[in-house]
Amino acid sequence: MRRRVAVGAAALLALAGCGDDAAVSDRGGGGRPELVVSAAASMKEALTACSKDYDGASLRLQFAGSDELAAQIRQGVPVDVFAAANTALPDALAREGKLDQPAAFASNQLVLAVPADGAKVSSLDDLEQPGVTLVIGAAGVPVGDYTRKVLDRLGARTSKAVLANVRSNEPDVNGVVGKLSQGAADAGFVYASDVEASGGRLKAIALPARLDPTATYAAGVVTASRQPDAAEAFVDDLLAGSCHEALLAAGFGEP
Amino acid sequence: MSDLARGWFAAVLAVALAVALAFLTLPIVAIFVQQPPGALIGALGEEGALDALWLSLRATAAAVALILVVGTPAAYLLATRRFRGRAAVITLVELPLVLPPAVAGIALLAAVGPATLLGRAAADAGLQLALATAGVVVALTFVAAPFYLRQAIAAFEAVDPTLLDASRTLGAPPARTFARVAIPTALPGLVAGTALALGRALGEFGATLMFAGSFQGVTQTVPLAIYDRFATDFTAALALSAVLVAVSAAILLSVKLVRGPDALARGAR
Repeated sequence: MRRRVAVGAAALLALAGCGDDAAVSDRGGGGRPELVVSAAASMKEALTACSKDYDGASLRLQFAGSDELAAQIRQGVPVDVFAAANTALPDALAREGKLDQPAAFASNQLVLAVPADGAKVSSLDDLEQPGVTLVIGAAGVPVGDYTRKVLDRLGARTSKAVLANVRSNEPDVNGVVGKLSQGAADAGFVYASDVEASGGRLKAIALPARLDPTATYAAGVVTASRQPDAAEAFVDDLLAGSCHEALLAAGFGEP
Repeated sequence: MSDLARGWFAAVLAVALAVALAFLTLPIVAIFVQQPPGALIGALGEEGALDALWLSLRATAAAVALILVVGTPAAYLLATRRFRGRAAVITLVELPLVLPPAVAGIALLAAVGPATLLGRAAADAGLQLALATAGVVVALTFVAAPFYLRQAIAAFEAVDPTLLDASRTLGAPPARTFARVAIPTALPGLVAGTALALGRALGEFGATLMFAGSFQGVTQTVPLAIYDRFATDFTAALALSAVLVAVSAAILLSVKLVRGPDALARGAR
């Protein structure tokens, strides 16, 4: 028992540590159930917009890298819905009995993003050039894993040359966008929706279909949720409701 | 006042201390007991963990060296001269002390980020800050310097002015008075300030991530490595945390051993 308390305290401290990018919004709201939704950082704009008009519950959204959110759920942080930027993390949580049957609700395209003005990189081929600086997601973070998978499909030699130009492995997609828009790097791999949300500061270079750059997003109800019905209703809204529409408007695709 | 009432008050004090002690030590103890010691030590053998420790050591040493070289004379001036705007200057140099790390990161990006004039000038001069170890040193120096400056100003202010006057009347030039009289007399306070700056620099997280990024062996210090492993390898995150706890405790203890139990408090007066 004492050990469990200690672990809980450690998890709380760890949570406090990610306060930088975990945003919490929309508290309260007369009589409706309050749902805590842990969502991948890339959905911040879209879900923040649709949560204001969502009727079924008052939503407390927290955004971070999907892997960190999954780790929090494993550590017992009370969350009702987990919406991840891939299918692997929800599937893994489901196998561990921490998440009810997850469902795919949207997709996103991995793109090569460059600063809108004075970009040094204009195609995938430029990434191998010595002196080009690249910022990507860390391994274990969905955007970082997708990036490495896509690079793998370029072949071992090219992939190695590109990875040699990486100067930072960011803990979530916001870090990549931030470094690019501050001019700290020449290019990075982010989602199409991130370029859309950057307000013209970034430019997207689409990746060829043979690299299979589509990321599928999946969500599920956390098994320990005290409001499984309200949580289920919100997952349905992600699948085909106002939040689904908001995601499409923000540059996401159908799953 | 009855004995009973006094007994109650003593009990309240004891309970408050017990609560504070449990709250502050339980999470730290948990770092060491959640996994067996063997697993923690094993996780430290990983290459990335050693790189992070080595980088933290180098960047912290560089930052503290810069802080000592520039901060000691600056603090001496602020402590020994009275001039208009002195209070404002002291407030300004202490400000980063209370800034949230994320604000420090944004501030550094806005001031010397790669998109700024200063940042570009530094890069042209061959000093690459963004996504480079030099950027980590800048971030650590920015957040840790006020801890040293504050202590050093207090330590120099506490030096008996007649000592400095005596040195001058005996014909010692000001620089010699500073080096041979002021510094040795203020040394305990300077050591305490160095320890606080060391601790703050070792623990820096937000400003480093935002300003310098995170790359193994280049910019990924121990706190960033802990965050990187938090999701994927909790045991490794615990192991690195344990090292930081041990180092921080060693810093605190060594200061107390050198100066007596009230060292940090005395330096801070």
